[in-house]
Amino acid sequence: MNIRNVSLILNRELKSYFSSLTVYIVILMFLLMTGYFFYNLTATFSIVSFQAQSDPMLAKQYQLLNINETVIRPLFGTIGIILLMMTPLLTMRLLAEEKKTGTIELLLTFPVNDVDVVLGKYLACLVVVLTMILLTATYPVLLVTLGEPEVVPIWTGYLGMVLLGASAISLGLFTSSLTENQIVSASMSFAMLFFFWLISYSAPLVSAGLGRFLSYLSINEHIESMSKGVVDSTDIIYYLCFIVLFLFLTLRSLETKRWR
Amino acid sequence: MIEVENLTKEYGEFRAVDNISFSVEKGEILGFLGPNGAGKTTVMRILTCFFPPTKGKVMVAGYNCFEDSLNVRKRIGYLPQRVPLYEDMKVNDYLRFVAAIKGTPAKEVKRKAAKVMDDCGLSDVSNKLIRAISGGYRQRVGIAQALVNDPEVLILDEPTVGLDPKQIKEIRNLIKELAGKHTVILSTHILPEVSILCGRVIIINKGKVVAEDRPENLATESAQRMLLRINGNAQTIGQELSRVGGIKGVEREQASGEANGFIVVLEDEKQGRQGIQAMIERNKFELVEMRLLEVSLEDIFIKLVTKEEA
Repeated sequence: MNIRNVSLILNRELKSYFSSLTVYIVILMFLLMTGYFFYNLTATFSIVSFQAQSDPMLAKQYQLLNINETVIRPLFGTIGIILLMMTPLLTMRLLAEEKKTGTIELLLTFPVNDVDVVLGKYLACLVVVLTMILLTATYPVLLVTLGEPEVVPIWTGYLGMVLLGASAISLGLFTSSLTENQIVSASMSFAMLFFFWLISYSAPLVSAGLGRFLSYLSINEHIESMSKGVVDSTDIIYYLCFIVLFLFLTLRSLETKRWR
Repeated sequence: MIEVENLTKEYGEFRAVDNISFSVEKGEILGFLGPNGAGKTTVMRILTCFFPPTKGKVMVAGYNCFEDSLNVRKRIGYLPQRVPLYEDMKVNDYLRFVAAIKGTPAKEVKRKAAKVMDDCGLSDVSNKLIRAISGGYRQRVGIAQALVNDPEVLILDEPTVGLDPKQIKEIRNLIKELAGKHTVILSTHILPEVSILCGRVIIINKGKVVAEDRPENLATESAQRMLLRINGNAQTIGQELSRVGGIKGVEREQASGEANGFIVVLEDEKQGRQGIQAMIERNKFELVEMRLLEVSLEDIFIKLVTKEEA
């Protein structure tokens, strides 16, 4: 690995991202969708809070009339899902476009290691996704200024978002290495991410042991505890393994391209 | 500088390159000639370490393409056939990027990019997006990126395709200037280009080398032919001609549509010429036209390539 080459590729990719309209549209859509959910959650919370003031029964019914439980936790769940929907649109071009236009032929004959290429591209997309996630910080900042939520779960929730986004990029980069068609790459990413999202739904249908395993495989199970403020090392390890696995597969895929 | 031994490349069942060996000396310009699909691009992609060969050994600048690919890649400049460039970059940004990624120290990146733009006549478009410049400029950006780090070896895959005649001339002059300092391999199917640029030429067809020599030697090697136009009885003239010494064969020339054209294949030019002259005087024929047919590289190329197929 050569840090200079990684940063050169990272810079080039970033320039290319921000010189096209796609990134701005993806970020805009992301903020519109998450903003809509944020508005709904807070509006519901404030209405229920008002009603609960005059209705003790209702207050009892909503035992968890707590801004962390009713706004922040579901908000992270939603941001997570929308993140999974948007990242394939950002990753699809990373390698597929280079293959389509043929620029990969020059890139791979420059004196750079394949690792530098993969890392540079990965990090460039990570910067975009981090920007996206950072922009959603307006929601918790509003909550903190207007209400009194617990702050720790917000930090840990964001850690979960970053790990989730980083995992989705790794998988997306891999599917982008498999094809020269960006739509195919995005479709494969969607399918695989949804598989990893929904796999825990099969847990109740199988034996307890296998069920636990399926839940552990699920990509969104692991943000649950983080949005509650609990950082468990198994969750972190899950995401790190996920990221490394798909980066490794991307490298392999580039290598086999050379052999065919 | 470049050594290729028993190179074979297979794509699945299809053998694109079949046991090719050749070598290129330092400072030489080697022309790689062949019809479409002959395997030119495959050989170049192996030389540039884009993919490894199925069998065989390839050494560039003293390093093995397969085992020491980074060291090879540091020493080559490559212009692929389709000239794939990052369309969303400006010309100068792109060349700076390539200079940097090829290992130019950060301080010299700007200077090197500026120099190569100057050398390739790109200064006018340096601030334009690559997608916005014309085909001729694109091609030059492609050559510029190959040249930017002053590589020892240049590999150019059809460098003048799609250019207008003036641009072709400019690019050819540019390549000619590179001879001596750099070792150049260029592929083409434009034959005059080879005679103009290359010190040596390798003709390949269906993955095999069918000829290898200097362009002028290739031309003289094949038998010389002479066109004769003589007034008189065609049959008698034909008979008389075939009796002249120093001539291997006689055939009627019919392509031009004019009467009494003969093409004579000469074995010994001087003897044949004198013999024909004597024969005409003896028979009191009227000589209308007599000239040596220039053997072009085209004829040799077509002969070599079609011989393979027969």
